[in-house]
Amino acid sequence: MRDAAIVGVGCTGFKPITPEVSYKELMFEAATRAYEDAGVNPRKDIDAFVTCAEDYWEGYSIFDEFVPDQLGAALRHLFTVTADGLIGLGTGYMLICTGEFDTVVVEAHSKASELLTYPNIVAHAFDPVFNRPLGGHPYYFAGLEMARFMHDTRTTREQCAQVVVKNKKNALLNSCAAHAANVTVEDVINSEPMFDPLNRLDISPHADGCIVMVLASYRAAKKLTDNPIWIRGIGWNSDTSWPETRDWGRAIYTEKAAEMAYKLAGIHSPRREIAFAEVDDEFSYKELQHLEALKLCGKGEAGKLTEEGVTGRKSDLPVNVSGGLLGMGYALESSGLQRALEVVRQLRGEAGKRQIPNAKTGLAQIWRGVPTATGAVAILSTEMK
Amino acid sequence: MRMFGKKRVAVVGAGLTLFRRNMKETGREMCYEAAKMALDSAGLTLSDIDAVTYGSAPDAFDGIHMKGENMTDASGAWRKPFSRVYTGGGTGVFAMDSGWWHIASGLFDTCLVVGEEKMSSCYPHPAYAFTTIFDPIMDRPHGTTLIWIFSLEMHRYMHRHGIKKEQIALVSVKNKRNALDHPCAQLGAKITVEDVLNSEIMCWPVQRLDISPTSDGAAALVLASEDVAKKLTDNPVWIDGAGWCIDSTYWTNRDLYYPDYVEYAARMAYKMAKIKNPPKEIDVAEPYDPFDYKELHHMEGLLLCKKGEAPKLTAEGVTQRDGDLPINPSGGLLGVGNPIGAAGVMKCCEIFWQLRGEAGKRQVPGDPRTGVAQAWGDLMQYGSVIVMRR
Repeated sequence: MRDAAIVGVGCTGFKPITPEVSYKELMFEAATRAYEDAGVNPRKDIDAFVTCAEDYWEGYSIFDEFVPDQLGAALRHLFTVTADGLIGLGTGYMLICTGEFDTVVVEAHSKASELLTYPNIVAHAFDPVFNRPLGGHPYYFAGLEMARFMHDTRTTREQCAQVVVKNKKNALLNSCAAHAANVTVEDVINSEPMFDPLNRLDISPHADGCIVMVLASYRAAKKLTDNPIWIRGIGWNSDTSWPETRDWGRAIYTEKAAEMAYKLAGIHSPRREIAFAEVDDEFSYKELQHLEALKLCGKGEAGKLTEEGVTGRKSDLPVNVSGGLLGMGYALESSGLQRALEVVRQLRGEAGKRQIPNAKTGLAQIWRGVPTATGAVAILSTEMK
Repeated sequence: MRMFGKKRVAVVGAGLTLFRRNMKETGREMCYEAAKMALDSAGLTLSDIDAVTYGSAPDAFDGIHMKGENMTDASGAWRKPFSRVYTGGGTGVFAMDSGWWHIASGLFDTCLVVGEEKMSSCYPHPAYAFTTIFDPIMDRPHGTTLIWIFSLEMHRYMHRHGIKKEQIALVSVKNKRNALDHPCAQLGAKITVEDVLNSEIMCWPVQRLDISPTSDGAAALVLASEDVAKKLTDNPVWIDGAGWCIDSTYWTNRDLYYPDYVEYAARMAYKMAKIKNPPKEIDVAEPYDPFDYKELHHMEGLLLCKKGEAPKLTAEGVTQRDGDLPINPSGGLLGVGNPIGAAGVMKCCEIFWQLRGEAGKRQVPGDPRTGVAQAWGDLMQYGSVIVMRR
């Protein structure tokens, strides 16, 4: 048996700024909570540690160096994946499937508030010869993509704004959220124009925080907990790194990642088999684009469903009940674990006022942000199959 | 419920570009070249590849944030699952560890492992990128450089075991000579111990010829599950052990004379490969040698000899290509070059070729059956190990 489960989660909560703690202290806090939750001692019980980080976010070269101590992983089997936490979760899943590891820890964090020159750093992710010299704030990429998506799917500006209204409102019930608010469609459309057609409120503000998860094999999970959350399927994918040749209307990376995750999970009819979803909404339109890529609705339907309230908290297909990135805050490489964390909380029945009743299977999805075309999808469930 | 048996993982192809100080090719072009060569040697095309894993060291060399994302197409990952692993200098061999779990998990049948580094684009010298690997409060204000901290480590190693510089210089002499037989090598040369001892002093006791060069280059390997490998080739090489370990960030609190983390990583890999007596069971080894003393340090960490014994074995010729325990028959980093992420993959390529009997002039005699490759990284902190068998 090679199934893997999440048996412990720890989170610092997300805040717009955290001047009172260092990234090491954030990691220590989340790790301590996760180990307590799983009932494990990192010095003895954990077979491998995965941390997800990018040098430029951290202001170091080889950030891997600065990870072990605060996770209790000195002289243990730790490594870094330069990817979103959800891809880290996929890496942990693979390790457990090899049969050589019974327990694996996955960590991702954000200290976005310390990035004094965020747009310049993102600009450094652009090709230095072909794209970077065009200059400008890199988010113009998202504006261009939004225009293309709206054109291809006949999604309206108001429908995109509805996503913001819904998610920020959902976040009011989430004590971990950094940017909850009661706003209206008019507030969104009248907010400061940024990267046409994106306005200020369409863009996820940043947040600091850290999430740590403890994964376990079937054998270890049965010993550690009565309510394991099984990783039934996981997938990740990268579309081309040349933006000029992408299909800007579609999120092909998510279509492909979902295909892999659904296949592993044996899911044939996503809309019927998945009770709720936590999807990437770094920009408002992204939630709609990703819902379509995940086949949770037909092409061009996501905007309409949102307008009709189908993706609301108490509706048929609740999406981003946590508040999403728009409500919780975009948290660099921990954004994906933020999505997975909410799925775990909901499935364990620990979501408090925002609890979705009787949910058995949930989906988490993430995109690595401008200018990448990389994403990941995880299917989590209270049932093994 | 899914049933995954642990899958045995095979290496079925390898590719390597030239290692040079200033390659005209971009990082992407080098990735393509190495990956294409590896696929061709395995008789596969990109459509046969299920997943790609990529290794490269600091983004600061290229000045590209999220460098992995920039390299997806070039390393063959277009619309495929792609991940970049990153453990500093340990990255190269660690990319192989990553390829191993991609297949061993049963999730993928084939995986392309690509290691690439373009150091020359970092002006005026790649060493400047390394000034940002230190703690910004405790270390950086001292103006610490890589060579400083390695000189501390070399000194400590020499002091603890009473080793002389002449003994250490023998490693540089051996590896640069071995590299003369490597078609990709950057610094193959016939030098003497005196040449090393008379070379420019960088930071005592480290001298110019004790150090590997900065390089551009790429290397790639194709891994496959047992079922696929048996259809492709009659002589696959198996990955029987993978291991890695990281020590504390606070290197100033550690005794630098011995790399515990390499030993722990080696023990993890040996346990998986069921190796009980490493010096007896391992026929050929490629330990990481960015400095000559590191080869000795790592032989000890890999448990290939007792602590402090490596210089003696080197002096006796045991580690020569025709010795009892050939060490770095490729020429290692000192001879072939050190494009960091690619250098470790190059070592894995060498073990692959040695075990297949395809290493040409570099072939070690005696029909080697078991080989080990190792890399080392971060703040004298990381060990990654792979064990291969024919």
